[in-house]
Amino acid sequence: MTNETTHKVRSIEQVVIRLAGDSGDGMQITGNEFTKTSAIVGNDLATLPDFPAEIRAPAGTLPGVSGFQIRFASKDIHTPGDDPDILVAMNPAALKVNLPDMRPGKTIIINTAMFVEKELRKALYVKDDGTIINPLNDHSLSNYHVIPVDLNKLALEGTKEFGLSPKESLRCKNFVALGMMYWLYSRPLEPTIAWLRDYFKGDKVNFANANIAAMKTGYNYAETAELFVEQYKIPAAHLPAGTYRNVMGNQAVALAIAAAAKISGVPVFYGSYPITPASDILHQISKYKNYGVYTFQAEDEIAAICSAIGASFAGMIGVTGSSGPGIALKGEAMGLAVMTELPLVIIDVQRGGPSTGLPTKTEQADLLQAVLGRNSEAPMPVVAASSPADCFDRFLEAVRIATKYMTPVVFLSDGYLANGSEPWRLPDIDKLPKIDINFRTERDGFQPYLRDPGTLARVWAKPGTPGLEHRIGGIEKRDGVGSINYDAENHDSMVRLRWRKIYKVADDCAAPLMAGPERGPLLVLGWGSTLGSITSAVEMAHAHKMPIARCHLQQVWPFPSSLGAILSRYDRILIPEMNLGQMWRLVRSEYAVQAYSFAKVQGRPFTTGELFRKIQQTLELPAHGSSHPLDTKLERASEVAADVSGG
Amino acid sequence: MISPPLTKNDFKTDQEVRWCPGCGDYAILNAVQTVFPMLGIPKEKFVVVSGIGCSSRLPYYVNTYGFHSIHGRAPAIATGIKIANPELSVWIGTGDGDSLSIGGNHLIHAMRRNLDVKLLMFNNRIYGLTKGQFSPTSEVGKVTKSTPYGVVDQPFNPIALALGAGATFVARSVDIMSKHLIEVLQRAANHKGFAFVEIYQNCNIFNDGAFDHLVDAGIRDEHLIALEHGKPLKFGKAKDKGIKLNGFKPEVVPLASTPDSELLVWDEHDPSSALPFFVSAMPEGTMPQGIGVFRDVDRPTFDGEMAAQHANVMKKYGAGSLEKLLYEGDTWKVG
Ligand code: SF4
Repeated sequence: MTNETTHKVRSIEQVVIRLAGDSGDGMQITGNEFTKTSAIVGNDLATLPDFPAEIRAPAGTLPGVSGFQIRFASKDIHTPGDDPDILVAMNPAALKVNLPDMRPGKTIIINTAMFVEKELRKALYVKDDGTIINPLNDHSLSNYHVIPVDLNKLALEGTKEFGLSPKESLRCKNFVALGMMYWLYSRPLEPTIAWLRDYFKGDKVNFANANIAAMKTGYNYAETAELFVEQYKIPAAHLPAGTYRNVMGNQAVALAIAAAAKISGVPVFYGSYPITPASDILHQISKYKNYGVYTFQAEDEIAAICSAIGASFAGMIGVTGSSGPGIALKGEAMGLAVMTELPLVIIDVQRGGPSTGLPTKTEQADLLQAVLGRNSEAPMPVVAASSPADCFDRFLEAVRIATKYMTPVVFLSDGYLANGSEPWRLPDIDKLPKIDINFRTERDGFQPYLRDPGTLARVWAKPGTPGLEHRIGGIEKRDGVGSINYDAENHDSMVRLRWRKIYKVADDCAAPLMAGPERGPLLVLGWGSTLGSITSAVEMAHAHKMPIARCHLQQVWPFPSSLGAILSRYDRILIPEMNLGQMWRLVRSEYAVQAYSFAKVQGRPFTTGELFRKIQQTLELPAHGSSHPLDTKLERASEVAADVSGG
Repeated sequence: MISPPLTKNDFKTDQEVRWCPGCGDYAILNAVQTVFPMLGIPKEKFVVVSGIGCSSRLPYYVNTYGFHSIHGRAPAIATGIKIANPELSVWIGTGDGDSLSIGGNHLIHAMRRNLDVKLLMFNNRIYGLTKGQFSPTSEVGKVTKSTPYGVVDQPFNPIALALGAGATFVARSVDIMSKHLIEVLQRAANHKGFAFVEIYQNCNIFNDGAFDHLVDAGIRDEHLIALEHGKPLKFGKAKDKGIKLNGFKPEVVPLASTPDSELLVWDEHDPSSALPFFVSAMPEGTMPQGIGVFRDVDRPTFDGEMAAQHANVMKKYGAGSLEKLLYEGDTWKVG
């Protein structure tokens, strides 16, 4: 759509928008479309979907609010932004839930049609005496730039010609809102039109047309009704040259699974049981049957991992995927994979816990479970993805380690990475890491626990290979021959052998990501999905001339062998984590160093502001000091943001 | 190259067999080692998988590929093996505790899917390896280490369970009836699909004589009834009794006063599992217990269907290109 407008179009560097509505309002779809379009016009971006655990909590209520935040920019950014510049509130509940995150002076678009008694009551806009409060006319929003729009009316009018029922017409209102946002930020409509045409095909084409009309209605209304004083454009970001696509973490894992099969030439078997937020991996790779990917939706978590172990034994690359509660169920089988020394990747898309916890929210609290959470001495390497796109590289790394060392490997992701997205510069297919797998066929000298002296990996001999018949299992065995053995000394030496093998990975793994000076007053040590927030906060600190450094682990366990020396070069170590200090505990116990913990377990990522403030504060604390995670003081993110300002 | 035919010795391992002397497991091992070389399957194509328990030591004693896994999980491990390589002949050695208690979920799902594996359930009605607690097939009232005042929970009827879960081959035999057992194992081996074989197995340490009332030479003809396809159901030392259906209810009738035409004629291929279910549910003690094949029907196998689906997708779309997968769709170029 060309833009013949008399409006002033102002070029700005970045915007954070949040779309919020009832979980039936289609906010995730709207957010994804806005994201895709922003990616296509070349912005750097980061997203933060936030949806309720219930599929449909009662309509209009506070627990039913679903939100989608996206930050898009013409510069390099690392996080979805601390607080929104603009909020679209589709109903009173959405306003109420999201208002605390809004700083004064920001813009709020409100769907006035829903600010009626019935809806206000559901959102608990009620005084003690039972009378209704309407935030639209009680001055409570006077510090904000409020733009009232009757989205319901626009949806009904805009889709009149398609003969839809009123209910169906109203379902298009998210596209009215999307159209308005497209106008405001000068985005093209074509990508979403193409998507709608593809999504509503055949006899559903009427819905595609109605939604397209609704979107155009919003677009034109924004223009002609002069809702906004200005229109903005956010030029393309200067990203490194290459071909890009927008990718969510779970999508990147799915693509990496197909890539692992292709690169290695060995099929991948994925055994899984549905669980939030890991299920999308299963959904996506179920389509990859012509890529050498086999999927098995098992009867439970234990069957999911056991089938993957069986497939590994039979010569496929076994993978199982779940979230924390499922990993707990898999614990015994993970030990079996340690004992039988079979390659296996265990994907843990972490979520808030313990138990069912906060299924749709993010957390990093499965670290110790991944490293230690099994009976007896059952070591295995752990890698952690640090951004949605990094899920691809990290997963391939997990497969490389698993097959090279004949060991189970835990791949940690989390809800934020799984559903968040960012532009991904696609890798050169020829430059992807090599995964060399050699099945044993040579009969001479064969023993099931014959080892490579370098890696200590045992041989992989798959059933069907003549002459290599052998038995493996969970009972302790003698090295080499693999016969059952209960001798005291033998057990001691086998336990040490299995650990030594895992420690080998410390010298053969991804190096920590370093930024800032090589030595100095403070090192921020992180792992996993906090990379974006930490990087932004460290950049902010550098802008304030603080000589601090950042070290981010991609290989989480065993620690890369370089880590000890790195830690020793800084006066203070600050470890921010979305858990109660699990990395803090590991680092202190492994290196006997002091460290300050910054622990946040709120089901959402760190903001740049709160991390920056913590960095400032830590610089004032004694060198080589320590603080316990329980003593972390957390402030309201929006207040910190107002103080620290910027991002 | 034509190799000499395999013999029983080819399936023996150098591992010392560690079952208690006199255990029924020896007879079952012997039957397995007898049947394997008869099947025309190369040695390297066999995989014996097990869970935990006395029965689950089986893989160590059969010289093929083997996987001794964890408690109850053998069917899940076997599922991965069969999907990875449907050409393998996969056998599961398990017990009543391993498969009906801790592994119950995997067992029923493997049966409903019709995974093409052969499961030998050594039923000794006790926990042997953990030293004598009651099992899900122990009789009500049984005094065991964990039930000093007697078992109060009702046992499973394994055959009824397998039929209910949709197993396509369901049979029963007895450890000491080696000829019968070998025949049943051969039938199981030749069945394409899930074969569930319950084997009455004497644990002479913790539950000695559990089946004496059924299988002792002197009395067993009164207590066991051989199920033979196409034949009327008859039993008794003097072959003087038969089974007749009264409505849905099987009854014991004297042959002297009942013509063969009124007897239940065994049909192991009946697509419905109702009839074998009635017969499997005949109460122990007052009615004979069936041995032989309860059910043998054809249904597509899970691993076969999965392989076929992969082949179809491959035929339709061709081998996937990684380049296309990554680079197609909503991408854009910078620079
Ligand atoms: S405990 Fe019972 S079942 Fe186990 S080996 Fe001994 S006799 Fe056999």
